[in-house]
Amino acid sequence: MSEQIEQALERKYDAGFYSEIESETFESGLDESVIRRISAMKNEPEWMLEWRLKSYRAWLEMEEPDWAHVDYPKIDYQSISYYSAPKSMKDKPKSLDEVDPELLRTYEKLGIPLHEQEMLAGVAVDAVFDSVSVVTTYREKLEEAGVIFCPISEAVHKYPDLVKKYIGSVVPRTDNYFAALNSAVFTDGSFVYIPKGTRCPMELSTYFRINEMNTGQFERTLIVADEGSYVSYLEGCTAPQRDENQLHAAVVELVAMDDAQIKYSTVQNWYPGDENGKGGIYNFVTKRGIAHTNAKISWTQVETGSAVTWKYPSCILKGDNSVGEFYSVALTRGRQQADTGTKMIHVGKNTRSTIISKGISAGNSNNAYRGLVQMGPRADGARNFTECDSLLIGDKCGAHTFPYIESRNPSAIVEHEATTSKVSDEQLFLCQQRGLDTEKAVSMIVNGFCKEVFKELPMEFAVEAGKLLEISLEGSVG
Amino acid sequence: MLSIKNLHASVEEKNIIKGLNLEVKPGEVHAIMGPNGAGKSTLGYVLSGRDGYEVSEGEATLNGKNLLELDVEERAREGLFLAFQYPVEIPGVSNMEFMKESVNAMREERGEAPLTAAEFLKKAKEACKQVQLPLDFLKRGVNEGFSGGEKKRNEIMQMILLEPKLCILDESDSGLDVDALQVVADGVNSQRDGERSFIVVTHYQRLLDYIKPDFVHILADGKIVKSGDASLALEVEKSGYAFLGKAYEEAEA
Repeated sequence: MSEQIEQALERKYDAGFYSEIESETFESGLDESVIRRISAMKNEPEWMLEWRLKSYRAWLEMEEPDWAHVDYPKIDYQSISYYSAPKSMKDKPKSLDEVDPELLRTYEKLGIPLHEQEMLAGVAVDAVFDSVSVVTTYREKLEEAGVIFCPISEAVHKYPDLVKKYIGSVVPRTDNYFAALNSAVFTDGSFVYIPKGTRCPMELSTYFRINEMNTGQFERTLIVADEGSYVSYLEGCTAPQRDENQLHAAVVELVAMDDAQIKYSTVQNWYPGDENGKGGIYNFVTKRGIAHTNAKISWTQVETGSAVTWKYPSCILKGDNSVGEFYSVALTRGRQQADTGTKMIHVGKNTRSTIISKGISAGNSNNAYRGLVQMGPRADGARNFTECDSLLIGDKCGAHTFPYIESRNPSAIVEHEATTSKVSDEQLFLCQQRGLDTEKAVSMIVNGFCKEVFKELPMEFAVEAGKLLEISLEGSVG
Repeated sequence: MLSIKNLHASVEEKNIIKGLNLEVKPGEVHAIMGPNGAGKSTLGYVLSGRDGYEVSEGEATLNGKNLLELDVEERAREGLFLAFQYPVEIPGVSNMEFMKESVNAMREERGEAPLTAAEFLKKAKEACKQVQLPLDFLKRGVNEGFSGGEKKRNEIMQMILLEPKLCILDESDSGLDVDALQVVADGVNSQRDGERSFIVVTHYQRLLDYIKPDFVHILADGKIVKSGDASLALEVEKSGYAFLGKAYEEAEA
């Protein structure tokens, strides 16, 4: 059986193409002058540059973390280019008609048409290509509702007070090695502000694409949901198929004010490298949200790509009665390595959190769940429920669970459940006896395993995620 | 329909089937009885092509096609259905989506258009009623948390939906009370149309009161040692397998 499954797992990466687009790319290397140049490219105010430089100086003093259950050669930060942008973006196209058609074709090939009339109804997209935002759709419609959705580079100019107030407020500049690097060199990303009492009229999404060789992508996303507001946001990511590793070190900050709700979904499909572990993206990401009184932050992630993933979307449940959720599907195969999970920091009274993590390991991959549940001294009546399931496909892969529980409040309740199972011969045989081929059978069993998480995704994307898993598990058909 | 000639098969290098011959014509019901360890369940697995069941000699054809050359799913699409003795659970995959994929895989093989969700639902509801399972079974995970009897009825429901040519029922009566047995038997009998053939593997004569066989075979030590009509089953019920004598003792050894 394992042979059949191995065949079924032979991968095909649909998004692995490269687009011929004339780009302006910095020579590789990192020092203060590079940071000044990035800041100058974006015409940034002095305070932003200062913020970057402070971050950079802090980063120089820090050490790369090595506690994660992943293994990769040391990254040479001087061999990376820290800025790349399509030349056609220099004069800031006013409308889609002025955008390089090759760029639009790239997104079309990825299934993200940027012409509004062709798009999924009700989804606004910010498309980030290498270091810059190409286009943000539906802006006018969103503005009518008072919602701000724009590239963060633009927000620095247009809404400096908001950016100044919240950037680094959830993930401090020096939070960790990769967050500090990001704070120094981030190039673009999305900025979202939902005014008081407003329900964002459509799904917001950002689509990240790495295209150029030897560049890193360092995007920064900041979402602020003011009192009583609601927003659902989705990010997707892909990159060309290459033999070299590329670094993606992003920072995402969420601020949910009193009674606000933020639902943040990720479908991560960076190039994972070939079956021997050559190439692929290093996905070292810091994501964190802060929830004030009665607020709710919900992270849902479907992680199928990247050579190495290091990612822990977390919630600081600061306000009383605030709620944090983390729903995750992480699929690794080939030589992929993932160390992912969450942190739920319960500060306020009666705070609640739920963690549902589904790890699927196949091939020679390693998949680790790492999660911290912390109950602070003021967190009276706080509750956490954690369910952590691993599914193994074949016998050469690994699944690991590292739960950390710290409780400093006797009235807090923490529950943890963990299971490990295998796609069994019997399940496969039943499916095949009912006429389904191996690929279909495996993808059906895996989809069933992930169902609890998929049902948390916005509807349009739940279908996408299911398909993505299917493609990921697909053999070389045709 | 099904023709088995001098079949030899082994599991983990142990010979289980040792020269088995069987002819099943369209519309016939054959019962296979025999002591524990005779190879009754193995026969179903070998015919359906389960991994680990190696055929060393002999042939098996279904409507002229060499079964032994086909993959498990290809045999299924040729119309071979196996009702499992212990159906496995597939958590999170609803019966509904599982059976829809399955039915449509069969339809594709026959060159028919796939059923839409609404068309499938209509058929599935009828099948559910027929085996007296509540409709919410369609939404539940495949065999997830089903009782033994519910699993067996679920197998018969699948059989009804898939409209196979040859059905092998592997101890579909085990663990059922009389009412459930009646439901399973009614389900099977409703599918007898003069064309569809059945191989009913059972340990007990009881099932054959409900599903009337045309032939009864006694399987012992990997071979059919005696064949007859329904009266043979009654004979077994009365006096056990003692008449097998030496062959039986070998099988038990």
